[in-house]
Amino acid sequence: MMASVLPLRRGVPMVGLCFVAMVVAIVVAPLIGSTPISLGRVFDANRAFADNIDAQIFFITRLPRAVAAALVGGALAAAGVVFQGLLRNPLATPYTLGVSAGAALGAMLAISFGAALPVVGVASASLAGALLAVFIVYMLANARHRGISTTVLLLAGVTLNAFFSALILFVQYLSDFAETYRALRWLMGDLDVPSYEPILAALPFIAVSFVAFAWLARPLNLLSLGGDAASTRGVPVARAQRVAFFSASLTTGAAVSVGGPIGFVGIIVPHLVRLLVGADHRLVLPASTFFGAAFLVACDALARTVIAPLELPVGIVTALIGGPFFLWLLLRRR
Amino acid sequence: MTPLLAAENVGFAYDAATVLEDVSLDVVAGARLGILGPNGSGKTTLLRLLSGALRPTRGRVRLDGTDLASVSSAALARRVAVVPQETELAFDYSVLEIVLMGRYPHLGPFEIEGPDDLAAALAALESTGTRALADRAFRTLSGGEKQRVVIASALAQLDEAPRTRLRQGFGGQAPHAAHRTSHRLLLLDEPTASLDLKYQLEIAAVLRRLHDDRGISILLSTHDLHFVRAICTDVVLLSRGRVLAHGAIGDVLTPRLVADLYDIDARDAAPLLQ
Repeated sequence: MMASVLPLRRGVPMVGLCFVAMVVAIVVAPLIGSTPISLGRVFDANRAFADNIDAQIFFITRLPRAVAAALVGGALAAAGVVFQGLLRNPLATPYTLGVSAGAALGAMLAISFGAALPVVGVASASLAGALLAVFIVYMLANARHRGISTTVLLLAGVTLNAFFSALILFVQYLSDFAETYRALRWLMGDLDVPSYEPILAALPFIAVSFVAFAWLARPLNLLSLGGDAASTRGVPVARAQRVAFFSASLTTGAAVSVGGPIGFVGIIVPHLVRLLVGADHRLVLPASTFFGAAFLVACDALARTVIAPLELPVGIVTALIGGPFFLWLLLRRR
Repeated sequence: MTPLLAAENVGFAYDAATVLEDVSLDVVAGARLGILGPNGSGKTTLLRLLSGALRPTRGRVRLDGTDLASVSSAALARRVAVVPQETELAFDYSVLEIVLMGRYPHLGPFEIEGPDDLAAALAALESTGTRALADRAFRTLSGGEKQRVVIASALAQLDEAPRTRLRQGFGGQAPHAAHRTSHRLLLLDEPTASLDLKYQLEIAAVLRRLHDDRGISILLSTHDLHFVRAICTDVVLLSRGRVLAHGAIGDVLTPRLVADLYDIDARDAAPLLQ
């Protein structure tokens, strides 16, 4: 009988498959583009890097973008899983609690008033905005309780989203056309990173958060039974909730600072992955990370090529693919 | 003998509203104790205090004589397991996964369940007659099946055997008699409140068997006179947050006290006790 095998072990091959999908996506996506290049020539040992145009296109132009897509996609998908587990709500997204609105406000301010403060880049401004939003939501949810109240957390997040959106519109109203256009493009999500630098800047935040995710996987399973049930099984509920909130928010803020508020990855990928591996967060978290990375790399490759030489913002592609797919998923499960 | 779990003059208030006042009770090893009271008498709050999910605002709860405030949550979880009235899942876990979650307090932060944990989970499913449901999605079960699976999860949580034997073997220390299953406690909060008669009888049978075969102590809250008589030997009557009476079922469940408890006429209470 199947029950004699630990359910966790049954999901491991699928996690491996998601990992392979990610690696394949990262290697193949840079080969696609206006100038065709071949993997054989990229890794041709007989040619110096300075003379190897294929290698230069691969490593300097296209690979950073694929890596950025993988990092952002993996981070958003994993953050989605953690927020859904924390809020016990499968419809939560990385943006539910106002992180992206804070990030967007920071970015808008940097775009519109950045000339006055040339030291602050859009990426760091958006990260600062995200952290500000996280801080406000946490203070609100923590004010009257010993642990975090997830209901207050949700309400505070939704309210903050609306409030920050109003501020964003206000900033845009004060901006000129060029700034508004840049701001709008930022909001659509864009992975056109010029180098590895923004990736390296976001990486420490995401790396720290993923260590927290590894610890969180099992507590999140038990939190799914409810706070009391988890605490009587020995889960430090208040600590787990705090760690989940901060790590998922930090990851989201870092991801948004690289690629803008790219939608749908954080909700579709976890759902799809749960269909593949079940509900155990120890499988869902790594599988979502890998699958989210592969998914966003593929979406970005599509965004670059579908109306070439023009480029679609990747956020439009994820929403166009994700929206109908998600509806199909919902209908299928009823 | 030190009681397994004891409430000493426990009180609790949510902001200004006092829910429990000066409640004292002992749960000795091997007990089958019921907390009987009408809706709103504070049963659930009392169980939450006893399970450590809530801290009392006055008095203290002791596990083996030690204040719960200084017992680690994992140590408490290995001795006392809780079965709530109902369990709603946020995600679609299988029955076996739910039962394996009971192994949480036995594992280190990054540790994965091993064969011992699987054995404990399967034994727990066996004891509650749910072995055949192991691969089913919890969501698809009936109310009575769900409740038996949650009891199985609590049993897996209380099952110390294999790992402890292994660790104590390394330490050269013989397993101590005081840590055998008779010193483990199942707390059930109105376990049958949302179940019909057939499932109530099933749960009662499962609980009696766990007590007799596995020596697990039982503390349950209910507003149901029949259910408490089907399982318990002793009972605490809880009324408006205070203990009305405490003792053996036969001594406490008198028409007069039951009438007081439910705020009904003593003539109406008598037939309920037939």
